[in-house]
Amino acid sequence: MSVRTTVVWDYAPAPESADHVRLKDRYGLFIDGDFSEPASGRFVPSINPATEEPIAEVAYGGPDDVVAAVQSARAAHPKWAALPGLERAKYLFRIARLIQERARELAVVETLDGGKPLRESRDVDIPLAAAHFFHYAGWADKLRYGVNAREVSPLGVVGQIVPWNFPLLMAAWKLAPALACGNVAILKPAETTPLTALLLAEICQEAELPPGVVTVLTGDGDTGAALVRAPGLNKVAFTGSTAVGRDIQAALAGTNIPLTLELGGKSANIVFEDAALDQAVEGIVNGIFFNQGHVCCAGSRLLIQESVHDEVIAKLWQRMRRLRVGDPLDKNTDVGAINSAEQLARIEALVAAGEEEGASRQTIECELPERGYWFAPTLFTDVSPAHRIAVEEIFGPVVSVLTFRTQAEAIEKANNSRYGLAAGIWTDKGAKAFEVASALQAGVVWQNTYNHFDPTAAFGGYKESGFGREGGPAGLRPYLQIVQ
Amino acid sequence: MDRVGVEERAAQLGKRSIKTTAKQQGIRLAVSMLDLTTLEGADTPGKVRHLCAKGVCPAPTMPEIPSVAAICVYSSLVSVAREALQGTGVKTASVATGFPAGQVSLEAKLRDTEDAVAAGADEIDMVISREAFLAGDDTRVQHEIVTVKERCGDAHLKVILETAELGSYDHVRHASMLAMEAGADFVKTSTGKASAGATPGVCLVMLEAIRDYADRTGRIVGFKAAGGVSTSKAALHRLVLVKETLGDEWLTPDRLRIGASSVLNDLLMQYAKTETGRYGRAEDFSKE
Repeated sequence: MSVRTTVVWDYAPAPESADHVRLKDRYGLFIDGDFSEPASGRFVPSINPATEEPIAEVAYGGPDDVVAAVQSARAAHPKWAALPGLERAKYLFRIARLIQERARELAVVETLDGGKPLRESRDVDIPLAAAHFFHYAGWADKLRYGVNAREVSPLGVVGQIVPWNFPLLMAAWKLAPALACGNVAILKPAETTPLTALLLAEICQEAELPPGVVTVLTGDGDTGAALVRAPGLNKVAFTGSTAVGRDIQAALAGTNIPLTLELGGKSANIVFEDAALDQAVEGIVNGIFFNQGHVCCAGSRLLIQESVHDEVIAKLWQRMRRLRVGDPLDKNTDVGAINSAEQLARIEALVAAGEEEGASRQTIECELPERGYWFAPTLFTDVSPAHRIAVEEIFGPVVSVLTFRTQAEAIEKANNSRYGLAAGIWTDKGAKAFEVASALQAGVVWQNTYNHFDPTAAFGGYKESGFGREGGPAGLRPYLQIVQ
Repeated sequence: MDRVGVEERAAQLGKRSIKTTAKQQGIRLAVSMLDLTTLEGADTPGKVRHLCAKGVCPAPTMPEIPSVAAICVYSSLVSVAREALQGTGVKTASVATGFPAGQVSLEAKLRDTEDAVAAGADEIDMVISREAFLAGDDTRVQHEIVTVKERCGDAHLKVILETAELGSYDHVRHASMLAMEAGADFVKTSTGKASAGATPGVCLVMLEAIRDYADRTGRIVGFKAAGGVSTSKAALHRLVLVKETLGDEWLTPDRLRIGASSVLNDLLMQYAKTETGRYGRAEDFSKE
């Protein structure tokens, strides 16, 4: 048999073109249906974390801007709340369709601004954002059937603060149910990723949404802190870190302003010995390396039954080494850039702590770009439940592996956390899956999959992962009051 | 095996973007791995000779396009192919063992194999007894493969599982393991005569079985995707599945084959497009 030379076949760079994206040089605050200069007079550049280059300048909302935003929203509320549900639905359907029409542009901007792989912004973030608007548009004229046929009314002006990991998607999760229920919303995007929210503001203009129904107030943590304390707010919803969540809850204590918090997590991904192991490995990878691990429900605590520990780790390591890390705009990139220098420092500190505490670290070898913020996918074995990397949220592409011997031990270890956002169960035994799922203190439990999101399903936490639910009919409740 | 998980992963790998130089190189690789096949009742010596000429030099105007790996025919036409391929480096492959259903006695299967080997086949593509497999008679399935392998002599044995008839991914994996344990040099998805062929999910499951078998025993078994791979996109998708499951060292005709009759011209058209920037016409290339 003639032996032919082995060829190394590598994918050529396949960057998605950003030529069609028409970003403005600077964006004002979106108040009263139009972009305006901030009273603060300040503009802050938004940085591309993959290149450290500024993309556009964004207005900084100061205390006076918060006041103006609330005023405009208050003025818009009565008319919006009085619209028949069917009419509000038309606007939401229009926004959903415009998101679909501008999907390519939104995906590219999401990737430029946040560092996530285009594959994810194109296939997950943007389609799901549209799906949430479609879903809640459908609810707008049937609200009472989402709350056991009670009479309902909206709350009023809601302040919504969203994080930097899924900027447009989290904005959709917050805005769609709030607007469907007849509220008006002031959205505060994250400091490092404001751009898609500003494009969404343009979409609201294009959809001819009445001025003041959606306000986009860009700025930093101080802007958010001023917003939640602003007089005239009827509801606050926050997704982000547990520390900030705590601060908001303290600020609202003693008021009658309802609050929804969706905070951190250290979610357990439990692999039983009878699982389909190759698919479990895919689920582990998707659980922790999806969006560089910047996912509040990331499967960052991997619990593997001792009898299959070595086999799963061998398969996982083999699979991890095939992950393609690099240019987020490249369509073949699996793991993109870390969102900010600050976040990178946090990940590095916790990984260093893991090494000091004696866990075994394996990081894949890959060429990382010289500029930008990067962290190669990392696996920690020999982790004890007491180690910081087993307890604290890393929010990066780092998975900590623990083992268990029995089902009871798996449940005990999974629940042994201050958090309770999500969990994964990998088993081919149906009864076991249901038993374990009912015993887990987690808002979402995935069986034989991980990090799957759907607008019809409720999402939210137990314990320090927060309270209140988003998605599906359960997601209506935080934006309605029962009249009778 | 979890069906949903398998198909998600396989579909995800179908989204790899293969452009410019990677596309050209991928197409050349795919051509070099082709088992160019004709398995019709109407096959004649003339048709087989035409196909052999096409396989040796698929595109005279594009000399960088390599020869295919093998020409695959029924055992009665092996001698014709053998003669046409003399000295070209292209192998002669023959289906045997009562292809495609395999519903004949073991004696007939062995005789079929012996005939093909005697006529000069370098490679034998046998079918497993799905009838025995589905009845749970693993021993008979394995015994047949072992016996056919003995009769192959120096010829390489590819074992066709006909995955569309096996009913589940668990069965596909189990049958792959049986075939490898019994001495298969290659495991192959399909005959091309069933309702479905080398679907991405089936390919992934078989590749994972090959990987696990190699990890356990150290023996390298090849993979042949056959049936339903009729476009360049599909062929490149199969290469991606192999690359990201088994690694680059599997991207050689010694370890990977694509069985097809119609995909070659699509590969040539796509290749020409990367050179000229415009899509050609089907008539630009001879059918055989």
